[in-house]
Amino acid sequence: MSAKRQFRIWRGDESGGDLQDYMVEVNEGEVVLDVIHRLQATDAPDLACRWNCKAGKCGSCSMEINGKPRLGCMTRMSTFGDDETVTVTPLRTFPVIRDLVTDVSFNYEKARETPAFAPPADVAPGDYRMQQVDVERSQEFRKCIECFLCQTVCHVIRDHEENKQAFSGPRYFIRAAELDMHPLDARTDRKEYAQAEQGLGFCNITKCCTEVCPEHIKITDNGIIPMKERVVDRRYDPLVWLGSKIFRRGETPQTSVTTARQGSATPGSARGGVHSHAGGSHDSRAEAQAQSGVNWHREVPHPTAPAVDDRGKLPLTELTFDRAAAPSPFGDDVTFPLPPEHLNFAHPEQDNKH
Amino acid sequence: MTTTTRIERHHYDVVVIGAGGAGLRAAIEARLAGKKTAIISKSLFGKAHTVMAEGGAAAAMGNVNSRDNWQVHFRDTMRGGKFLNNFRMAELHAKESPQRIWELETYGALFDRTKDGKISQRNFGGHEYPRLAHVGDRTGLELIRTLQQKIVSLQQEDQREFGSYDARIRVFSETTITELLLDGDRVAGAFGYYRESGEFILFEAPAVVLATGGVGRSYKVTSNSWEYTGDGHALALRAGATLINMEFLQFHPTGMVWPPSVKGILVTESVRGDGGVLKNSEGKRFMFDYVPDVFRKQYAETEEEADRWYTDPDNNRRPPELLPRDEVARAINSEVKAGRGSPAGGVFLDIASRRSADEIRRRLPSMYHQFKELADVDITAEPMEVGPTCHYVMGGVEVDPDSGAAFGHVRGLFAAGEVSGGMHGSNRLGGNSLSDLLVFGKRAGGHAASYADGLTTRPKVAVHEVEAAVETALAPLQRDTGESPYTLQQDLQAVMGDLVGIIRREGELADALVRLAELRERVAKVSAAGGRRYNPGWHLALDLRNMLVVSECTAKAALERQESRGGHTREDYPAMEPKWRQVNLVCALDGDTVQLTRKPLPKMRPELIGLFDRAELAKYLTDEELADFDALVADAGEADNR
Ligand SMILES: Cc1cc2nc3c(=O)[nH]c(=O)nc-3n(C[C@H](O)[C@H](O)[C@H](O)COP(=O)(O)OP(=O)(O)OC[C@H]3O[C@@H](n4cnc5c(N)ncnc54)[C@H](O)[C@@H]3O)c2cc1C
Ligand code: SF4
Ligand code: SF4
Ligand code: FES
Repeated sequence: MSAKRQFRIWRGDESGGDLQDYMVEVNEGEVVLDVIHRLQATDAPDLACRWNCKAGKCGSCSMEINGKPRLGCMTRMSTFGDDETVTVTPLRTFPVIRDLVTDVSFNYEKARETPAFAPPADVAPGDYRMQQVDVERSQEFRKCIECFLCQTVCHVIRDHEENKQAFSGPRYFIRAAELDMHPLDARTDRKEYAQAEQGLGFCNITKCCTEVCPEHIKITDNGIIPMKERVVDRRYDPLVWLGSKIFRRGETPQTSVTTARQGSATPGSARGGVHSHAGGSHDSRAEAQAQSGVNWHREVPHPTAPAVDDRGKLPLTELTFDRAAAPSPFGDDVTFPLPPEHLNFAHPEQDNKH
Repeated sequence: MTTTTRIERHHYDVVVIGAGGAGLRAAIEARLAGKKTAIISKSLFGKAHTVMAEGGAAAAMGNVNSRDNWQVHFRDTMRGGKFLNNFRMAELHAKESPQRIWELETYGALFDRTKDGKISQRNFGGHEYPRLAHVGDRTGLELIRTLQQKIVSLQQEDQREFGSYDARIRVFSETTITELLLDGDRVAGAFGYYRESGEFILFEAPAVVLATGGVGRSYKVTSNSWEYTGDGHALALRAGATLINMEFLQFHPTGMVWPPSVKGILVTESVRGDGGVLKNSEGKRFMFDYVPDVFRKQYAETEEEADRWYTDPDNNRRPPELLPRDEVARAINSEVKAGRGSPAGGVFLDIASRRSADEIRRRLPSMYHQFKELADVDITAEPMEVGPTCHYVMGGVEVDPDSGAAFGHVRGLFAAGEVSGGMHGSNRLGGNSLSDLLVFGKRAGGHAASYADGLTTRPKVAVHEVEAAVETALAPLQRDTGESPYTLQQDLQAVMGDLVGIIRREGELADALVRLAELRERVAKVSAAGGRRYNPGWHLALDLRNMLVVSECTAKAALERQESRGGHTREDYPAMEPKWRQVNLVCALDGDTVQLTRKPLPKMRPELIGLFDRAELAKYLTDEELADFDALVADAGEADNR
């Protein structure tokens, strides 16, 4: 079951190049990388292409196939029409070295800038205890095979060389998210770092990165959005901000950190018109007031718990309930932002301490 | 010509060739010892072979079954290697693996957990208790990424202290070493080229750690990548070091057999550890027919007992699907030969009928994807077709067990990981490699650092050696009369696969040696089209001579060893021979030719041999050795009575 198929492959180097046509034999069950190997063994012995595992595990064989960033070893020929021409080009976001090989050092530089795991000071090797549910969130991101497909597809840098300086890209947002969600990581500023140093704000959640990820990591939904939301929360929502302050003593207040650092990577200044949900503060006066006017350390009684059934859930069915959605966990009469004088915080463990 | 060639020069204390688990762990250790360290790898940082390891890393932490300890692990390793292992390496490995795994957690690794929050451990072939620390079926990825990130963290420390990430540890990715340079019998440096630009690079360094992995690319059906051309083995030989156990290659029993283009790609053993069973075309679980006498006691005889074992391992014996790999590979081979194979020439591996679809997807996510995407097979609904694939070389650089220093007549050369030999004897247990990388990587890195410390004068690189290295490297580009490297590689693979494969015969091995000699002539004249910039044809042309010399070692040793043991099966000598257990076959290079010598195995220390039953030892040892053992036991008995 073999047939000749038409391939167009970009050949050239940093000084230029073009698409070249090849007619090449394709057998049943083959993938694009097999065809490239056949070309190397026949018509084009010096055709440059990276690969290692041939099983989607190493992330070496990234290329753009008919314009879509993909792994050559995981793209079956049977996914194309019988007489469809297959066009293979190098990753567009990175400088070409030769043929299908690009200079991906950008990614390694960004990796090197991302602060490493900070081991907890007082836990000896062998004494790490973590629950499976708690490690699973980080494990999703650690599936990353560093194929850099998400990096090449992200419009923030795909055609905007000038953004590369300030933008680490989705691969490194999920690295920050992974460490943020690591149950024992001793650093507490992963989100702020992502915002201030990695250029998280450039991302406008187009989800292209998630779409191309061969490991099916939910980069945006599980990584970027939670990072953004929590950065947003902590900066705007005094309640969350306060909670985080009490949980993590010794941490500088978020509001001042982010405003101070914002200059370097302000999303609005990026060309290409990227918009962010996580821009500057709306109302600095209210924030200042919030910080000065309240005795943060007063303790208040626990709020009344909602009436839940024996499953621990609100007794709610769509048919019998009086509105379209669940009630606000803060109470229906509360609107945000809260005036500072209404702020209360009850530490979940305050009763144990006394 | 050579005078006009630009060569970039670097000075380091320790140069580590290889960025897999062994290389990275060695580099971390050398850097922690304060040495200026370089890491060199043929592919990008983080893509080395280690990334493909699936099942897990064996370490007797006893998290799942508290009866596990280093003695049990030691016993399993020796048994798996059919007692040909270097006992000291097996001992160090069993003792130190748990610490090496725990250490990874302090670097940020996230292994799967037990209910009480410890590192979870899974069953694997040949391991008596659940012992493999794992992360789904991507353990190698976790290991390499963790080490890679640890290196980044050390670089960040250096950046803070010295203002440069590269101050004390630097990664040279996509760089191939083609030659080690000597000053007398001391290592003086390493020479190679940047794959991206084709420019040459010279490292001057008194200590070199080889961590280049294996040789599988000499076979067509293999789970190994293009990198596995035996470079480290060949570099060591040419530098005056020796190789041992080169006749022992592990054919993993379960590689994919369909579609043809992915033939050889690995199906992790965890499929069997998690309940998968092997069936022939008649639907029979045939492994029950292939339990050899030496393993009879540990393996179930009925399907019912085997199935009970998954939930109650203390009161039942293991299913025979979990026999060591050599046994399973041979069994599959026999079934296919007897006409009971699957349509594509393998057998069926069935987990679909044994576990729920959800559980399969959760426990074997990357296998699920691999089959879905490469073969269009849904493993939760239908069985996989599998067959043996060349997977791992037990043989390698003969090293001092404690320090990883190479034997032979060279100093300053260290080896760790798959490129080193001895640890796994005639057959490696699954999961023992990843822990081997960590244990001996650390040791080799540490000893390389102290060797460099102990030198009073730095060895010097001789100019003419560099010139010769340049000339050899450029030769294939300058010839246009020779054959294509791809053709030569195919021919080499044909010789090795057909004549030095799973089942070997004297006549064929002799024939293989003749053909390898012919190939040697042709390889010497290979020519590569194109220029120096990222030219895979040229790269392969340079790798060929390494593949060739290593293949010669394998064929020679395989011809010499007249018995069947572990990864070496001779049809004409089907039995295991206690006399041969006392012998290591050592390869050295004399000029251009491979010389083979026999060398006695080191004798196991009394307290270690005392860990085994006499009945078990009787299957492996000669009568004289058994008499020694009896005397030992009698002595100990008397001592107890006194
Ligand atoms: C598919 C698969 C699954 C596996 N599963 C398991 C498992 O579950 N458990 C287990 O314990 N083991 C497993 N193994 C075996 C294990 O992965 C390998 O034995 C191990 O990773 C080898 O590691 P290493 O550090 O010795 O070398 P590698 O990780 O292979 O690294 C070799 C390095 O050397 C570099 N190199 C080679 N030659 C040169 C040169 N000339 N110049 C410069 N650099 C060079 C390469 O670029 C690479 O960086 C598996 C192997 C495969 C192929
Ligand atoms: S979601 Fe964000 S990171 Fe992902 S591609 Fe879109 S802009 Fe880039
Ligand atoms: S997140 Fe996905 S797409 Fe991005 S580098 Fe990792 S594996 Fe590739
Ligand atoms: S070759 Fe490894 S991902 Fe394609």
